[in-house]
Amino acid sequence: MDILRVEDVNKSFGGLRALNNVNFSVEEGTVHAIIGPNGAGKSTFLNCLIGRLIPDTGSVMFGDISLTGMKPYEINQVGVSRVFQTPEIFGDLTLMENIMIPALAKRDGEFQLHAFKNVASDAEICDKAMHMLEDVGLAEKRDSIAGSLSRGDKRRLELAMCLSQDPKLLLLDEPTAGMSRADTNNTIDLLKRIGDRGITKVVIEHDMHVVFSLAEKVSVLAQGAIIAEGKPEDIKGDPRVQEAYLGGAHL
Amino acid sequence: MLGLNKKDTSLFLLVLVLVVLAPFLLNPFPENSELAQFNAGYPDLMQRFLIFGIFAIGFNILFGLTGYLSFGHAAFLGVGSYAGVWMMKLLTMNVIPAIFMSVIFAGLFSLLVGYISLRRSGIYFSILTLAFAQMSFSLAYSVLTPITNGETGLQLALDDPRILGVSQENGAIPAANLFGLAMRESYELSLGGWLFTFNAGYYLCAVVMMIAFYVAVRIFRSPFGMMLRAVKSNQQRMNFTGLNSRPYTLAAFVISGMYAGLAGGLMVAMDPLAGAERMQWTASGEVVLMTILGGAGTLIGPVLGAGFIKYFENIFSKINDNVLYGWFSALPEGVADFLVFVIHPFIGKGWHLTLGIMFMLIVIFLPGGIMEGVERIGRLFKRKSSDKDSSARASAAPAE
Repeated sequence: MDILRVEDVNKSFGGLRALNNVNFSVEEGTVHAIIGPNGAGKSTFLNCLIGRLIPDTGSVMFGDISLTGMKPYEINQVGVSRVFQTPEIFGDLTLMENIMIPALAKRDGEFQLHAFKNVASDAEICDKAMHMLEDVGLAEKRDSIAGSLSRGDKRRLELAMCLSQDPKLLLLDEPTAGMSRADTNNTIDLLKRIGDRGITKVVIEHDMHVVFSLAEKVSVLAQGAIIAEGKPEDIKGDPRVQEAYLGGAHL
Repeated sequence: MLGLNKKDTSLFLLVLVLVVLAPFLLNPFPENSELAQFNAGYPDLMQRFLIFGIFAIGFNILFGLTGYLSFGHAAFLGVGSYAGVWMMKLLTMNVIPAIFMSVIFAGLFSLLVGYISLRRSGIYFSILTLAFAQMSFSLAYSVLTPITNGETGLQLALDDPRILGVSQENGAIPAANLFGLAMRESYELSLGGWLFTFNAGYYLCAVVMMIAFYVAVRIFRSPFGMMLRAVKSNQQRMNFTGLNSRPYTLAAFVISGMYAGLAGGLMVAMDPLAGAERMQWTASGEVVLMTILGGAGTLIGPVLGAGFIKYFENIFSKINDNVLYGWFSALPEGVADFLVFVIHPFIGKGWHLTLGIMFMLIVIFLPGGIMEGVERIGRLFKRKSSDKDSSARASAAPAE
């Protein structure tokens, strides 16, 4: 069954056609990678999914909910989380707080005036946050300020923040960009581990090593259009992909 | 205690002790000594410390937690004052309804202002709130004269109805009171050369401030407070985390508006009149200074900032050249003249200059305000004592 179905989405910025009749669907429980050269429209596409941008035409269906026109927080509330290309975390808060906030948002909804509860004595949320930090290996730094983390740790923290919400669909925008090989492999392991939870994932990635070790299906985006789609092995050999993405060079 | 953790409880108790003992602590100099003019332990000023402390605590809930810098909070204080005086004119001289209605009216007005202003953030939000405050200020002087009594300010009169109380008592306006206890009533304690004043109004303010402070601590430690800090830290991430930041900021805005109204109501309870100048932008700017000076986002900083500024305003401004000559009378005339000439711009009417310089120094060297200074000193002591511990341990080790 498809958890996400995108139909005929177009998005233009002035004269630039960033997305050109994109049709895209993701099967529930799979890892789906989107690859493509710089400026192909990958991030624009994700932005259209999470409500940061509104598509000019077309529809985005999440299960049987239409995401087009919904506010970002509403989209998150129905079960879509996103890890950004540059980590978006609460830089002034501690790691614990960084995870407690999404966990609270998941449990209590978009707004609660709990001005007289003590957040530190909310065992359910604290346990969950601690558990998530252990999962991504940041438990010892629980009381550090998130802004002081290294870039790789920030990404892991952001991933933990998204996972603490038990999303149905997780969108990852270049989760390993700028990471060393070792960190990249750690991230791959982490993503594989969380694969057991049955979270559907859409990954945008430049690193073919990551794509081929994670994805079950790959879509290739070039100049705002999907030019190929299929299993990683098939995509590897597709001449159109090599032309558009790799400039004709062989993998 | 009371749902506070250990650290907050000790802070709360410390503040409680300081507030209760303030009449002693603020009067360290004997009555007839040279330094008596540095005494701040008279009721009027002590009340102002607490009232502006409440104002700043409330402002800090908005500015310190969410980072939204309002330049119009004095408007809520003004609205609270007017509402308070009207209660005293219409209902009773008991201060309870006046304080209560001040909070309600300021809350309603801040709901309106916040709803509109919070559509924008950053500098545009500040300008919108400033515009609202200046609008209220101008309206109070002009169109709203029937309610505000224009330039004269709203005052009590002998023929006010006061339907739950009496219009007049022995031909005079009855005193503001709390179930019969007049706010201006004081007990004076003379100990040796010292004179301590315990004022009923001051202790009412103290009770209200402790409650206000307690509520603020609870808000800081609540999920709601955490969300407010999330607004300041990364609103983008907040929205993509399934949280709607608008109601959070609006709630913070209204709560801080209600604190401002409470401060306005207490001002009226202490001295039953209200004027439009309370809403002027300088008054709004003052609470910003208090909060930043003390330490935005800290629990007790804003109260310290408020005390600091009010102390300067009331004590430094009273030092004039004659007082200076008094101090330097022992020095040769030329030297005394020179010193007075140098110090003159910083005292009396020049207290603003002194405050301005202090403010700049603190903001440049201690961006976290007075509280950062306190913390740094605290850390210094901690390090010293732990150094001692470790050296003691090191010297003990070989003996084993």
